[in-house]
Amino acid sequence: MSANDDLDRRLIVATQAGLPLVPRPYHALAEELGVGADEVMVRLAAMLERGTIRRIGAVPNHYAIGYTANGMSVWDVPDERIDELGARIGALDFVTHAYHRPRALPDWPYNLFAMVHGSSREEVLTKVGQIRELLGADCRASDVLFSTKILKKTGLRIAG
Amino acid sequence: MRERAAVPELDAVDRRIVDALQGGFPICERPYAAAADSLGIAEDELLARLQAMLDRKVLTRFGPMFQIERMGGAFVLAALAVPDADWERVNAAVNAFPEVAHNYRRESDLNTPFNMWFVLATETKDGIAEAVRKIEAATGLTVHPFPKLKEYFVEMKLAVRNAA
Repeated sequence: MSANDDLDRRLIVATQAGLPLVPRPYHALAEELGVGADEVMVRLAAMLERGTIRRIGAVPNHYAIGYTANGMSVWDVPDERIDELGARIGALDFVTHAYHRPRALPDWPYNLFAMVHGSSREEVLTKVGQIRELLGADCRASDVLFSTKILKKTGLRIAG
Repeated sequence: MRERAAVPELDAVDRRIVDALQGGFPICERPYAAAADSLGIAEDELLARLQAMLDRKVLTRFGPMFQIERMGGAFVLAALAVPDADWERVNAAVNAFPEVAHNYRRESDLNTPFNMWFVLATETKDGIAEAVRKIEAATGLTVHPFPKLKEYFVEMKLAVRNAA
């Protein structure tokens, strides 16, 4: 592991639970890690540029900001059509995540997952209906799994 | 079983903060001051409001969101079919693993047997198989991993709504 990778890793460990809530958070991190503040900022900017950091900001609790219904819609579509269909579904403004995942036959025939958030189950089901309409005859089976309880939500935790 | 989380009150400034700061937080000497300036509030007010929203669990975190795949690690969605009678034991066993980043109970109209859905986050790709093995040993149940084969879109685009 290069020195740069090691510093990146130490920055992940130091910030995975959150950025310090002080006026100069990158300077506070630098002090904690025993490196220069400029180096911390350069490394973080490089990780953001490469996509190792997806974004920096607030991670809201969906329930607390009014999205009390969260439905994981799952679809069985033909493998040869999935990339075209997935791209169209991912572009819908109410879909926050869309993935191609493997089936787990026989219990699980679904290969396309699209997360839909709303203020009520009815709203989510209406939006899921729009996805069904978009898929048309390519939809061979579908289901919607509503989250009924958050059991854990800590995010990434790698060992320090 | 539907979650009945009380929605904490957010005033107009809190909402603007949540809407504006889901990404794009600056990397500079005084980033909170810069972000506060664009929101038309003072740096100390932004810091106090972020702390208060973290304390009230309106925010689960404030900071960088990592894509560990870019560092050689992996995030994998996985499911378990947990019998109701065994729910509490299995829930405690699964949540005890630091590799479990999120865990949700999910129920469907079609009564899929998969009712516990969690995300494994590990520092290496091999860590996933190891975590699956440990969770199976701890629970006595088969873990069904659903690794992403392709991601079509991921962007947080949820504006605060009706939250007061």
